[in-house]
Amino acid sequence: MSVATAELGVDEERLPLIVTVGNPNTGKSTLFNLLTGLRQKVGNYPGVTVERHVGETTLGGRRVQLVDLPGTYSLSAHSPDEMVAVDVLLGRIGDLGRPDAIVVVVDASNLRRNLYIASQVLELGIPVVVALNMVDLAESRGIRIAAARLAEHLSCPVVPLVASRGKGIDALKSTLADTLKTNPVPFVSFSTTIRHAAAALARELAPAGEPLDPYEVERALIDEGGYAETRLQQRFGAAAKAALGGVRAELATGGSLAALDARARYAWINHAVDGVETRGAARTTTSDRIDRAVGHPVLGTLLFLLLMAAVFQSVFAWAAPLMDLIDGAAAATSDWIKATLPAGAIASLLADGVVAGVGSVVVFLPQILILFAFIIFLEDSGYMARAAFLMDRLMRWCGLSGQSFIPMLSSFACAVPGIMGTRVIADPRDRLATILAAPFMTCSARLPVYALLISAFVPARSYLGGLVNLQGLVLLGLYLLGIAGGVLTAFLLKRSLLRGPTPPFLMELPPYRLPNLKSVLYRMWERARMFLVRAGTIIFTVAIVVWALAYFPHWDATTQRFAAERAQAAQTLSGEELDAASADIDHREAATHLEESLLGHIGRAVAPVFRPLGWDWKISAAVLASFPAREVVIAVLGTIYAVGADVDAESPGLVARIRASEWPDGTKVFSLAVALGLMVFYAFCLQCAATVATISRETNSWRWPAFAWLYMSLLGYLTAFVVYRLAS
Amino acid sequence: MTLDQLEPTHRGRVTALTAPAGLLQRLMQLGLLEGTEVECIRRAPAGDPIEFRLLGYALSLRRDEARFVQVEAVS
Ligand SMILES: Nc1nc2c(ncn2[C@@H]2O[C@H](COP(=O)(O)OP(=O)(O)OP(=O)(O)O)[C@@H](O)[C@H]2O)c(=O)[nH]1
Ligand SMILES: [Mg+2]
Repeated sequence: MSVATAELGVDEERLPLIVTVGNPNTGKSTLFNLLTGLRQKVGNYPGVTVERHVGETTLGGRRVQLVDLPGTYSLSAHSPDEMVAVDVLLGRIGDLGRPDAIVVVVDASNLRRNLYIASQVLELGIPVVVALNMVDLAESRGIRIAAARLAEHLSCPVVPLVASRGKGIDALKSTLADTLKTNPVPFVSFSTTIRHAAAALARELAPAGEPLDPYEVERALIDEGGYAETRLQQRFGAAAKAALGGVRAELATGGSLAALDARARYAWINHAVDGVETRGAARTTTSDRIDRAVGHPVLGTLLFLLLMAAVFQSVFAWAAPLMDLIDGAAAATSDWIKATLPAGAIASLLADGVVAGVGSVVVFLPQILILFAFIIFLEDSGYMARAAFLMDRLMRWCGLSGQSFIPMLSSFACAVPGIMGTRVIADPRDRLATILAAPFMTCSARLPVYALLISAFVPARSYLGGLVNLQGLVLLGLYLLGIAGGVLTAFLLKRSLLRGPTPPFLMELPPYRLPNLKSVLYRMWERARMFLVRAGTIIFTVAIVVWALAYFPHWDATTQRFAAERAQAAQTLSGEELDAASADIDHREAATHLEESLLGHIGRAVAPVFRPLGWDWKISAAVLASFPAREVVIAVLGTIYAVGADVDAESPGLVARIRASEWPDGTKVFSLAVALGLMVFYAFCLQCAATVATISRETNSWRWPAFAWLYMSLLGYLTAFVVYRLAS
Repeated sequence: MTLDQLEPTHRGRVTALTAPAGLLQRLMQLGLLEGTEVECIRRAPAGDPIEFRLLGYALSLRRDEARFVQVEAVS
């Protein structure tokens, strides 16, 4: 009785659930965005880091909930990550419940392989609608599909679609609305023998009252060595594995059950497709022609290097005007606040803490946008897989596979999504090695630090008639240094702690496509928002804390002492002499306040540790404050130097202020050697709380993040020391 | 002949698979099963991995994986 009421309660509250599944790159997310608009919730599935996209839409006057699953070739899961699709479809994700309908998104230009997962989904006893997407692409290749006849074969509706242009979306919506009303369950089944055996085994394994979905047992039976089997074994002990093995041997009599299953499905697919698909004479597509150039051993490799170099050059050159604009706006706002508000703690907090701190981080938004524009463009165009194809041999040399290339490349933007992306790596050792190598890749948070130090200390010399400039070369060098650090780390780990057999590497090379401008812009906006939210929270908080540390205690005695000095100067001096003296007094007052501040005390306390690297207490304090998030160092330096105000008002930029910074004996703090050492320190050191937390979650331990943090911090310190010594 | 021995632009038909369980299932689910026609498109500059075309799409396999797929030449 209590169960029945509980179920009623759920049914009343819960919106009908529709799930999109299908092969990677078939347009699931495009369709999902089309249906839900931009009102979607993005989060993670519990326990794993697969992104969870949930949205809502109205179908036939009824609100429904939509879930977009990551792309997959089949429901056979080999990792917890791949198991998410099965769990969502079985209604095992608590707050979602069992789906009321499933949309299988199928690429019409590649029907056979795409129908494999459809064959699996059709067996679940849930209404299915097949979205036959990319009809335009299929037609351009002379492929025609009789949708109505295909629907007969699959025993479910088939709706032709061009999701990227919104064509067919109305038909899909009305078909879905009908499906929700009439609830037609497809009658496809491949092996009743396997089904019955799974049901019997489920009853045998699960003690009375403990729920075990027979489909989970079916997956474990078919996917020998897969994750469903692992999970059953974790739940019911070694007996489960033995029982599975016994049933398998009975059903497959000497062969492989997985092979029998796959053959049966492709036989069904071939039968279905033979009657509905007509192909014109195979023609050479534009994609093939591009591939011939890109796949050429010499040309292709050159193109790859050229592309990578172009990315880094443009990140520097194109962003500059926009950055100047943001810089100027921040400085103007700061000045305006100081002019409007009475001098004191509030004005200083707003101008030197808030505006200077956040402004000096936001200024790097243009660079991040440009870098992401490139990465997303490469991904959507299909070039990324070619890069993995090209890089696989090289990656294997350091013990990884081309699969690790994409998480590593994403880590150039941010190690957090990169580390999360390592879930696609089936082999646990490869995955761990990639996770530990990923934070070495130059992330977008390092970029501002490099950009600042390079523009301050590397001369803007250009060569080859302006094609190459020294600053760009130094930046490229830092990127290469990060790659070298990651590669060597993976190499050493795979030869020591993480030694083991080589996992398989099967990868689809999607056809080249012109990326959809709207989806590129949308994803760039997503990244920008992520960066800004980070700038708005962690960085903002750190900026305020650091401002407070740098401002307080702000002794009245000091203020009065300098006020007295100023008054005396006003009596004895006049004209230019007075101006000079006042400026000098202002300068010494600010410096004294800073030295007496909490940050001054902390910085001086730790400075001896960093003295061998040539750092003064200001650099030491800024570096310490940036351990939670490395880009904070800019904000901290901005705050320290704005508060210290040890340059004249004619040169407001942080670059100029840093250049002018001096030791007590009057020599400049920053030399090229210190700047290079600092850059190398930032290249290696793991100054990112988010990355540490992500490693911890992804490895489910504190040992690996602790190892990574210690290892990288020590490496940063030692290399910075060596570089500083060699360069000075 | 095994798939890794197929020369670029040459075609073969799969006759048997000898891969261990996990790899076998992945290969078959991607359409590499008995009777499928496969064309070798190109090898990566280092000779490995190798790009094949089957069922109208392109798939990259390493030599060590292609070795498990027996093919007969198709003219
Ligand atoms: N030509 C064509 N391109 C399309 C169509 N639908 C989507 N695309 C493009 O295909 C690419 C992939 O689309 P996504 O929606 O990201 O694919 P997905 O299935 O979500 O991919 P994964 O999440 O990686 O599995 C994008 O560049 C889309 O613009 C279509 O009907 N025709
Ligand atoms: Mg998607």
